[in-house]
Amino acid sequence: MTTPLSHIRNFAIIAHIDHGKSTLADRLIQMCGGLEAREMREQVLDTMAIERERGITIKAQTVRLNYRARDGEDYVLNLMDTPGHVDFAYEVSRSLAACEGSLLVVDASQGVEAQTLANVYQAIAAGHEVVPVLNKIDLPAAEPDRVKQQIEDVIGLDAGDALLVSAKTGEGVEDVLEALVTRLPPPQGDAAAPLKALLVDSWYDAYLGVVILVRVKDGTLVSGQKIRLMATGASHAVERVGVFTPKGVAAPSLGPGEIGFITAGIKTVADCRVGDTITDDRRPADAPLPGFQPVQPVVFCGLFPTDSADYERLRDSLAKLRLNDASFEYEPETSVALGFGFRCGFLGLLHLEIIQERLEREFDLDLITTAPSVVYRVHLTNGRTQILHNPTDMPDPVRIDHIEEPWIKATILVPDAYLGPILALCEERRGVQQDLTYAGSRAILVYRLPLNEVVFDFYDRLKSVSRGYASLDYQLDGYAEGDLVLMNILVNGEPVDALSIIVHRSQAERRGRALCERLKELIPRQLFQIAIQAALGGRIIARETVKALRKDVLAKCYGGDVTRKRKLLEKQKEGKKRMRQFGQVDIPQSAFIAALRMGDN
Amino acid sequence: MPTTALPDPEERCEAPRLEGCNTPLQNVAPPLAIYIHWPFCRSKCPYCDFNSHVRERIDAARWTRALLADLDRQARLAPGRQVVSIFFGGGTPSLMPAETVAALIERVGVHWPVARDIEITLEANPNSAEAERFAGYRAAGVNRVSLGVQALDPAALKFLGRAHNRDEALAAIRLARETFPRFSFDLIYARPGQSVAAWLDELDEALALAGEHLSLYQLTIEPGTAFATREARGEISVPDDELGAQLFEATQERLAAAGLPAYEISNHARPGAECRHNLAYWRYEDYLGIGPGAHGRVTVLGGRLATRQRRAPEAWLAAIEAADDTAGEAMPVARDTAVAEMLMMGLRLVEGVSRQRLEELAGAEIAALFGPALARLVDGGFLIVDERRLAATAAGRQCLNAVLAALVP
Repeated sequence: MTTPLSHIRNFAIIAHIDHGKSTLADRLIQMCGGLEAREMREQVLDTMAIERERGITIKAQTVRLNYRARDGEDYVLNLMDTPGHVDFAYEVSRSLAACEGSLLVVDASQGVEAQTLANVYQAIAAGHEVVPVLNKIDLPAAEPDRVKQQIEDVIGLDAGDALLVSAKTGEGVEDVLEALVTRLPPPQGDAAAPLKALLVDSWYDAYLGVVILVRVKDGTLVSGQKIRLMATGASHAVERVGVFTPKGVAAPSLGPGEIGFITAGIKTVADCRVGDTITDDRRPADAPLPGFQPVQPVVFCGLFPTDSADYERLRDSLAKLRLNDASFEYEPETSVALGFGFRCGFLGLLHLEIIQERLEREFDLDLITTAPSVVYRVHLTNGRTQILHNPTDMPDPVRIDHIEEPWIKATILVPDAYLGPILALCEERRGVQQDLTYAGSRAILVYRLPLNEVVFDFYDRLKSVSRGYASLDYQLDGYAEGDLVLMNILVNGEPVDALSIIVHRSQAERRGRALCERLKELIPRQLFQIAIQAALGGRIIARETVKALRKDVLAKCYGGDVTRKRKLLEKQKEGKKRMRQFGQVDIPQSAFIAALRMGDN
Repeated sequence: MPTTALPDPEERCEAPRLEGCNTPLQNVAPPLAIYIHWPFCRSKCPYCDFNSHVRERIDAARWTRALLADLDRQARLAPGRQVVSIFFGGGTPSLMPAETVAALIERVGVHWPVARDIEITLEANPNSAEAERFAGYRAAGVNRVSLGVQALDPAALKFLGRAHNRDEALAAIRLARETFPRFSFDLIYARPGQSVAAWLDELDEALALAGEHLSLYQLTIEPGTAFATREARGEISVPDDELGAQLFEATQERLAAAGLPAYEISNHARPGAECRHNLAYWRYEDYLGIGPGAHGRVTVLGGRLATRQRRAPEAWLAAIEAADDTAGEAMPVARDTAVAEMLMMGLRLVEGVSRQRLEELAGAEIAALFGPALARLVDGGFLIVDERRLAATAAGRQCLNAVLAALVP
């Protein structure tokens, strides 16, 4: 099956959410006959329900397209579909490493966004030929010339021969296929050399076990071959070799430049480090492909089952999810407020939300999620350093010498009309401005910010003060000392450990007040008055009171109402089961979720 | 426990056709109340979620036969009782022919001995047309009417979608007072935009017109009603928790001062003039529900039954006429359900729940039944417990939903 290198093109698509990447991919698949009409549906590559619903891509996907070009030759075009979100930047980088070129898809009316910028720089750094594609040119608001100019100004990429496309109507899509053939370089590789294949991704399939997505650089992969994973040294016999069309189809072998999948009796995804090099066990390559950095979770939170009886199920579900996503971590945690659960680490807030949602949906679990925390380095007076990602593990202040917190470098693109409120937001969040430049009417703002200010509703606020126009991308940018304190929330004098947060002293009062006010709205009135307080050590910095119920009784209840009204009562009691008690106060789960989310305002 | 109203001796057994009212059984047989449902109205009120229907023509003779048949059928569930009350509700039972009412009362007397002080109530709308029938109902044996006045303010009557006006209401109250030994009327308050002062003025006028009983309901917007739609559209809104509480408290105070203290959340009476029929519900005594959509609770050997008739009038009628057992159903009530029902109903009463009856029903002492929740509610001033009873305080009644949610096991 090996295709001559000159007739292979491997490409990724870089695009901001909603700029039409999945629609374009659908169209390319359709035009190359990868799927029959009856198999075609929207966003074919986004297989997870959550991806389809949110219109985002989480896992990298690949599809092999067979295209007969205008020169009459048949080409194999391998499309790597990549996630667009900052949390999955690592998935992007390894997808890019498997390709020689990229399509940069930009919405012809929206223009360039921050994430696009970050990803396109990654592509350029990976040596890609980048072909700009302006999508949605059928829309009346499309301004291709302005956006072309913007691509040149903001990215510094020649957009003179950008392709004008409507993935929706199919207009210009043929030109995209042709450009892939004519403008992208073919892959390089040596079929006779020892096997070197990049482990691009892996996932768990209930029928096949772990499936590994590979890009062969040198040599050939065939079924029955004994392979070795160079980073771990483990060897396995290849069971299946195939390609995605996007259906999985068996193939006799994969040669240089080709992208496909293998299965090799591997039990868990954690054994397949993304970025590892696969080689032949008997004739190994002398050096692996350029290195990979294991991803480190940067955001942590506690996940607890609403119903404590679901603990075991949560544990099993996390284990199953981890089969498929080695980028999150979890360990058991116990909370006074929430009972038994797990402390989990994620690549970012979106990643957190996605895992939470998948647990709830795919495993039918009701969860309480605690406030996201970042990883602090607590330097103790005894000279030791404690790595802290759970506020409840905060050591006694007298034992602390100083605390360091992670910072990020954030790039924000925003129409200049909204620059003022964005600057105010960044300053309020302890940001330090690094750079401010303009491209047309668009400001490009670079700030250093403490990550803990970002995990706390920064993104929501950014969107709300810019009416959705600002976009954000960030990279971790080292640690720095900060005046950080533990803030507790007390309900009728009893601390609610799940609501404790580590916060900068300058922000404590504002955060404490906001949290108390929010809880006041969220905790329903009850028979007894409820005091909600925020405290730093023994000092109360904010207080709100939920007044006692004034009136809550059915006006009428007669013989014919008994059954119906009793059912109402039962429903109410059922609702109480979903609450947690603190100082004899019932706090609904929804209050935790909402308080912990602390969205806009 | 307050004693039930004993009407004027002249009024006892006023209907000679009520057999057995002097039988010796009356002191030993457990009491039974009978509810009879007339499902028709001239028009549907926007706040009402009861089983009521508007029909162009009603075959009264057929409906009379059907209700009698249902009574005969259900009488088998509760033999050997003494009937203490009959209640004609609806719908609009004052649209019933007096002959139908008479026939049903007579048939009750065929099946059971009746108490010498039996209460026979009929709900009536204060329309002039319906008031004309009062004499007929009285002759049939009805000794108490409950008038759906709902408001004395003309604009409020219109808002509530009532078919009568203020003058008709006043005339109907006068006629009810003249015709029946006992009467009561209903008002709906906590209407959109109603202030405490305006309500107290209306209440004072009502007190001047009232007999020994008043039912005062805070407007509740029930799902599926016209008001629910209007509320969802943002056209109307009822007073909030705080104003609702102020209105409620002002009502309690004013009625107590006028000698008609609350004996239940929304019901006020001169002591002794409580509605015997409704007390049967709140005391969780036995009652039969006759007619479409009517519910009953009957103690049988080995436990309690909940009965329920089909709701749709025509379907119920057809089933009764076919005598095919699909007109209604009877299901056993689980013990914990029965306990919940006894509490839910009984704590509405100022007198509370009989501790002995509750413990018998639950098969446990209340300490074991409720655990620490009881002490907490007692300490918080929401409940009182003594040797005889468990009762909600005024504060407890005002927040009874929350008290029940905290208490009921």
